[in-house]
Amino acid sequence: MSLSINDVYKVARLARLGMTEQEAQTAHTQLLTIFGLIAEMQAVDTNGIAPMSHAQDISQRLREDVVTEHNQRELFQAAAPQIKEGLYLVPQVIE
Amino acid sequence: MQWEIVIGLEVHTQLSTSSKIFSGASTAFGAEPNTQACAVDLALPGVLPVLNRGAVERAIRFGLAVGAHIAPRSVFSRKNYFYPDLPKGYQISQFDLPIVGQGSLTIQVPTATAGQTYKKVVRLTRAHLEEDAGKSLHEDFHGMTGIDLNRAGTPLLEIVSEPDMRSAAEAVAYAKMLHTLVRWIGICDGNMQEGSFRCDANVSVRRPGAELGTRREIKNLNSFRFLQQAIEYEAQWQIDTLENGGTIQQATVLFNSDIGETRAMRSKEDAHDYRYFPDPDLLPLAIDNEWIEQVRGTLPELPLSKQARYVADLGLSVYDADTLTSSREMADFFEATLNEVPKGAKLCANWLMGDVSASLNREDRDITQCPISPGQLGGMLKRIADGTISNAAAKDVFKILWSDGGNPDTIIETKGLKQMSDVGAMEAMVDEIIAANPAQVAEYRSGKEKVFGFFVGLAMKVSKGKANPAQMNEILKRKLAG
Repeated sequence: MSLSINDVYKVARLARLGMTEQEAQTAHTQLLTIFGLIAEMQAVDTNGIAPMSHAQDISQRLREDVVTEHNQRELFQAAAPQIKEGLYLVPQVIE
Repeated sequence: MQWEIVIGLEVHTQLSTSSKIFSGASTAFGAEPNTQACAVDLALPGVLPVLNRGAVERAIRFGLAVGAHIAPRSVFSRKNYFYPDLPKGYQISQFDLPIVGQGSLTIQVPTATAGQTYKKVVRLTRAHLEEDAGKSLHEDFHGMTGIDLNRAGTPLLEIVSEPDMRSAAEAVAYAKMLHTLVRWIGICDGNMQEGSFRCDANVSVRRPGAELGTRREIKNLNSFRFLQQAIEYEAQWQIDTLENGGTIQQATVLFNSDIGETRAMRSKEDAHDYRYFPDPDLLPLAIDNEWIEQVRGTLPELPLSKQARYVADLGLSVYDADTLTSSREMADFFEATLNEVPKGAKLCANWLMGDVSASLNREDRDITQCPISPGQLGGMLKRIADGTISNAAAKDVFKILWSDGGNPDTIIETKGLKQMSDVGAMEAMVDEIIAANPAQVAEYRSGKEKVFGFFVGLAMKVSKGKANPAQMNEILKRKLAG
């Protein structure tokens, strides 16, 4: 699978990353190396092997359904740039 | 030429856990903004999600109730998009390995004829666990948007149907059945005003037999009425567009309930490129058979099974059985009432769906707030069944039970509502009537049978409405025959 410079710009846009042309070129070269490694791995015959979704072959532990957190709004909002009436304020977004 | 409407629904049900799906913050509705948003919900650096057992168990309950396969291993993925009410920049959801696989739901769809329905099986594609986002408030902040993250991280079960529905009526019947079911098995409170049960409808049209048309998705319908209106409007819009030579573009649309129209959302071309990938913060979820069987053991009898039993064993109509199983509380009330009059299923059904429902509606109450207990109602119905009181007298007893409570037998006694069943007394009454109205008797005997109504009316009047109508008719007929 080959990756074009336009793919790099597209992924950057989706991730809300601004990139200069130089940065995009660097990322492109680095990503191509990674894709090369993936191509090498894909050459291995994995027929009959169930794909893993995590590097560790164990399953997750669960929590009991109990409320353990209390209200710390004041503490958390101390770090927010703008708040009003308990709400976090952000630049308006309407689709 | 005909058009066929094709509808599939995605329903987001909020699971009734106490805490969030990946954090220990409360899910209680209506709290002050951001007082139930903890460090995990806010996506502060260094936090890790830990899955709530209660959410998983509710998903299993649902899967079993729709006859679906429960995945022994399912995976959580990240769905990436940017929006201020999604602090992590991704929603934890399930993608290619959901917890609940294919199932089905049997629905009864009302027809144009009142009281008539037809049966349909709707296939379910899957159901998966995910977290809800926060809420954006666009008003009153001088060009800023206010964000409340109390809802962020609330557990949702997204239930996806196959495109099996062919009319707005079928879509509404499906949504209502699902709404009944999730409350029935106790996994969701079903409160649509509070957003606990939200529908997205995928709608397309095609010529019968043709391939599926391009669909448009109507988002966030939070009432059955809006679901119906939005689908009807959208389908007609698509038909008009195609008949005028246009084409349908795949799009997400919103329903404006004020004007009853759907409108496409402005969206960027990349908006649906979510770049799903397995969440490295969460290991696969394993569910063993023992857990599944344990959950199965706690499931109540399901509405469909009850409906079938009411029809086969109690002789009720499909429509009655469907109405009586509209909620578990209604079915429980019916069965408790029936316990008092075991042979009076139709009588119980008629009163529950008639006077009881009408009175509840009038006072905007539901069956759990009924001032009359099943014991009281059944006690009264028993007296109709054994002939102690007439249906007309029962209506009086019912009114007193509703407003003042009490014991039906005591009310019947103190208000003198007992039917007269004393044959001797009724015969004496009829003898008097015959003696006092020789002209009408002669008319009747000469063949004018219509005059019989006159005698019935008179007999009821003389007995102050207490005469057992069947017995009185029989005595009148016999005596008038001479």
